[in-house]
Amino acid sequence: MNFNLSDEQKMIRNAVDKFIRNDYSFDARKKVLDTEHGFSRSHWQQFAEMGWLGIPFAEDQGGLGGGILDIAQVMEAFGTGMVVEPYLSSVVLAGGLINMGGSQAQKDALLPALIEGKLLLAVAYTERESRSNPVDVQTRAEKSGGGYVLNGEKAVVLGAALADKLIVSTRTSGNRLDEQGISLFLVDSKAAGVSIQGFRTMEGGNAANIKFSGVKLTADALIGQEGKGFALLDNAIDHATVAACADALGSMHSAMRKTVEYLKTRKQFDVPIGSFQALQHRAVDMFTAVEACRSMVLMASLKVSDTNPVERKMAVSAAKQFVGEKARLVAQQAVQMHGGIGMTEELDIGHYFRRLTMFCSLFGTTEYHLNRYADLMAAA
Amino acid sequence: MNIEFSAEEKAFQQEVRAWFTKNLPADLKHKTEIGQMLGKDDMIRWQRMLNEKGWLVTGWPKEYGGPDWTPTQRYIFDMERARANAPIGLSMGIIMLGPVLMHYGTQEQKDFYLPRIRNCEDWWCQGYSEPGAGSDLASLKTTAVSDGDHYVVNGSKIWTTYGHWANRIFCLVRTSSAGKKQEGISFLLIDMDTPGLEVRPIISIDGEHHLNQTFFTDVRVPKKNLVGPEGQGWTVAKYLLTHERTTIAGVADSKVHMANLKRMAHENSANGQPLMADASLRTKLAKAEIDLLALEYTNLRTLAATAAGKAPGPESSLLKLDGTAVQQKLSELGVELAGQYAWPWKADSVGPEEFAATTMRYAFTRAATIYGGSDEVQKNVIAKMVLGLNFK
Repeated sequence: MNFNLSDEQKMIRNAVDKFIRNDYSFDARKKVLDTEHGFSRSHWQQFAEMGWLGIPFAEDQGGLGGGILDIAQVMEAFGTGMVVEPYLSSVVLAGGLINMGGSQAQKDALLPALIEGKLLLAVAYTERESRSNPVDVQTRAEKSGGGYVLNGEKAVVLGAALADKLIVSTRTSGNRLDEQGISLFLVDSKAAGVSIQGFRTMEGGNAANIKFSGVKLTADALIGQEGKGFALLDNAIDHATVAACADALGSMHSAMRKTVEYLKTRKQFDVPIGSFQALQHRAVDMFTAVEACRSMVLMASLKVSDTNPVERKMAVSAAKQFVGEKARLVAQQAVQMHGGIGMTEELDIGHYFRRLTMFCSLFGTTEYHLNRYADLMAAA
Repeated sequence: MNIEFSAEEKAFQQEVRAWFTKNLPADLKHKTEIGQMLGKDDMIRWQRMLNEKGWLVTGWPKEYGGPDWTPTQRYIFDMERARANAPIGLSMGIIMLGPVLMHYGTQEQKDFYLPRIRNCEDWWCQGYSEPGAGSDLASLKTTAVSDGDHYVVNGSKIWTTYGHWANRIFCLVRTSSAGKKQEGISFLLIDMDTPGLEVRPIISIDGEHHLNQTFFTDVRVPKKNLVGPEGQGWTVAKYLLTHERTTIAGVADSKVHMANLKRMAHENSANGQPLMADASLRTKLAKAEIDLLALEYTNLRTLAATAAGKAPGPESSLLKLDGTAVQQKLSELGVELAGQYAWPWKADSVGPEEFAATTMRYAFTRAATIYGGSDEVQKNVIAKMVLGLNFK
């Protein structure tokens, strides 16, 4: 038994850390934030050249053939540097979904371009009323001629303001909350009948609301089998959730370290405020939270590929619930212990606070995952 | 990264499991299962069985009669021990005094005491805390004054767990009041039947007699009973803190406790439905299980480092804090599940026998965040030693 990273994983981590140090300082990041969508084309090309966009994909597609532990190395470092480019939504979630359930033709058409940095993807599964639950799908795709016609609406779709192509969850049969009857389609974001209203999100990235009005799709736009798309979507979201937890771990670790350093240097009443036991104990609460979250990220990384979906879902929900709860604690304490300066846009602490706050409801809220875990636990 | 046990470790696991299935006496299994207290005779009987098999002093090196297990084997043994509902060894002699004697004891002390601990001829208790020295242990005042070949000991020790079962006590005593308060402390072995030594019971909030106060009035102790040099008792006692503790988090027993709570929630009902159907209770159980899972992986990280011969990382410092938090949460859920069936106090009840025992477990487990360095002291230490919040 060992928790050692492989040489390849260490190399990835070192390379991403170096990128954050050299090219993604808090000031450099500010320039990315000032762009329209929070996106730097040159950073993205750099990711492509470093091979990071190809980590989870097969070598014959141009990828590195890595797994979630490799992705977690990138994500944790991205969390430390608060990278806003849509790696999670485009590569991990959308790319991961195609990789798991796309046809060979779909993989050939999408993955090499994604890996080279020429294509951005997003998974449009959340709706106005669906909140955390990806089963709640009202967007409809109806058979028409040899293909389908798509009507409906998706809301707060991560990375969609920039995406060239969308993977859209639709209902082709069944009732609103049925797992059966959900089908996934690949839709060009420029196609007739697709209208995208992009906006920025609290952590600096992008998202969009999307309307589909009589969008015509050919039969080969279907990903996987008709009516059986949910299992694939759920699995892809679970993998992305683990990656998001690794990102949150990076942010939490940085916020904790920076807070501890501040406690050592900030003086009030002629002494460092870190000499006060009331603050020491809360700093320890932050520290223990971060270490326990590291354990949970390792646990979920090791279990997310379990072929038994119940094992997988319980592991992922346990991690998301746990890390979500601790992310809230670390984010709030980091601001509180910095005092007034922690409230300002000019300090990084508030940016960690917003990134961690968004994490808490990303891919399902803490409560959603607690309930999902509890229901599976009770049925086991 | 790989968290599978090796083929040899899995074979070992099966061997241990089979032995427990075959040999654990049914009465001890039942008492452990429902969380009832074991008597001294129960403990001695069980420890002698383990010793005969060579599995009692599992943390001791081979030369002192240990089984020469790896840290991973000791972890597996503890998991199987808990899984079988076998009693946990509460022996201060095995866990605490043994390692101290191996490191600091004279040859004569090792030759005499270690086999007696292993063969359950001696029952040791610990004399550290005093009425005025709890978390601030170094302020202890029990004195040992030199008188020829003897020390004369006066004072009192408190929270002497199973002192009423013990025939010997290892104590921290003050041999000098000069210098820093840590410097005048010595580590002394005392026979409980020495004239002037008296043990008085303290009944704890679970209604049981685990604890005592021990009084020393002109108790004469031979100087050959000193462990380590005079005045070095603080260093000797601290040695135990650095001793490998891959089971300090109590994961093995908490996993069994968790499984029992879930079973209770399925087996018992309210409103004509299993308790597990209650969403609020179900999520509380789920949250406890999630916290336990995080603890288990933190523990595995420490185990993996220890097994590889490395110093455990910073994560090991939270094993006691988080481990005891989980134990307390589980025991709290126990009384919550039992509801009013937890009320009967050492009496027969209408509810399942295990419900009445939940109160005792809940009450007794409050001690977990007080003994062995309270939560608050643990946090002081982590702030200083790990986070570097150390200011003069």
